[in-house]
Amino acid sequence: MKRPFEEIVAEHGPTVLRVCRAVLARPDADDAWSETFLAALRAYPDLADNANIEAWLVTIAHRKAIDLLRAESRRAAPVAVAGTRLAVGGWEPSDGDLWAALGALPTKQRQAVAYHHVAGLPYAEVAALVGGSTDAARRAAHDGIRALRRRYLNSATVPPQKES
Amino acid sequence: MINSSDPVLAAINTDDAEAMARLHDQLAVAAEVDRLLDVAYRTVDSPLGTLLLAATDQGLVRVAYDREDHDQVLQALCNQISPRILRAPRRLDQVARQFAEYFAGERRDFVLPLDFRLAHGFRRAVLGHLGLINYGHTETYAEVAAATGRARAVRAVGTACATNPLPVVVPCHRVLRSDGKLGGYIGGLEAKAALLSLESGGTIDRNILSR
Repeated sequence: MKRPFEEIVAEHGPTVLRVCRAVLARPDADDAWSETFLAALRAYPDLADNANIEAWLVTIAHRKAIDLLRAESRRAAPVAVAGTRLAVGGWEPSDGDLWAALGALPTKQRQAVAYHHVAGLPYAEVAALVGGSTDAARRAAHDGIRALRRRYLNSATVPPQKES
Repeated sequence: MINSSDPVLAAINTDDAEAMARLHDQLAVAAEVDRLLDVAYRTVDSPLGTLLLAATDQGLVRVAYDREDHDQVLQALCNQISPRILRAPRRLDQVARQFAEYFAGERRDFVLPLDFRLAHGFRRAVLGHLGLINYGHTETYAEVAAATGRARAVRAVGTACATNPLPVVVPCHRVLRSDGKLGGYIGGLEAKAALLSLESGGTIDRNILSR
């Protein structure tokens, strides 16, 4: 039995927003969220009742994020490759900013961190989304987290931790 | 995968409630523009408790009292109409305004597009007749049965009233038993009495349902 889409937004919206923000710089991340949920609303009546809704949403968000990355690399100067998104679209990295630290990671590491550590997808599903092997996905997430620790925690401003 | 012992993971997994609220509202607007909003809903405070109002693109389709359990009502709308349901107050601005005016005693008739798709057959015919009973007036279940051409269907009229998807707007509260007793009401008998009192020039005690 399907639930009202409002419940889907309430339950999964925050996670998908964190995924989008881990993969993309703002405001692109918020645009990706909006496009993801509008596409999901369109397709929702035809979704299988037993589908894993969060994995479905993350898959849509992944495609929307890639579209936005491509659109941006077309707009940006030729030197800006898709793997690095430093200081594009008015977004300024700064020391101690987690999002800046994320923005400095290669795209694949950001995706692996987002899909595994934020969305909770197993590495096999992360690999299916980003391409490559399960091991490569695990390595990318691991390398990403290690780089984040180095860049983010070495700065003095660690925000209060969130209880899970 | 939230691991609160790891400050990096904890930071990545911190929610942004303010952004969520903004993005939700933008989604509701975009869904309306793209004609993907099959059911919009909102709630309004009233002297009879929180009312759920839901509308399709055809009009107001459901009014529900608290005691019906709004989550269950939304699930029923999901099953009967479409799962494309969002809390989207804009479509219901005019409805909410008319409810406020009605409960303030400043409005006698609701002037709204109504969607009767949740009522069928004889029940639909009964609801059609209820719309003809004026503010401050009442009829008996038997009179309504006679007016809809099935004088013996008194119990069926009672069922039609009890399952009215649009209470208050379609005034099933104006139907009483032949012996003058209230009969039943989807919002509870206190609510029915309160509406009749309001329509006879009184006001509604805000605490009427708080027992």
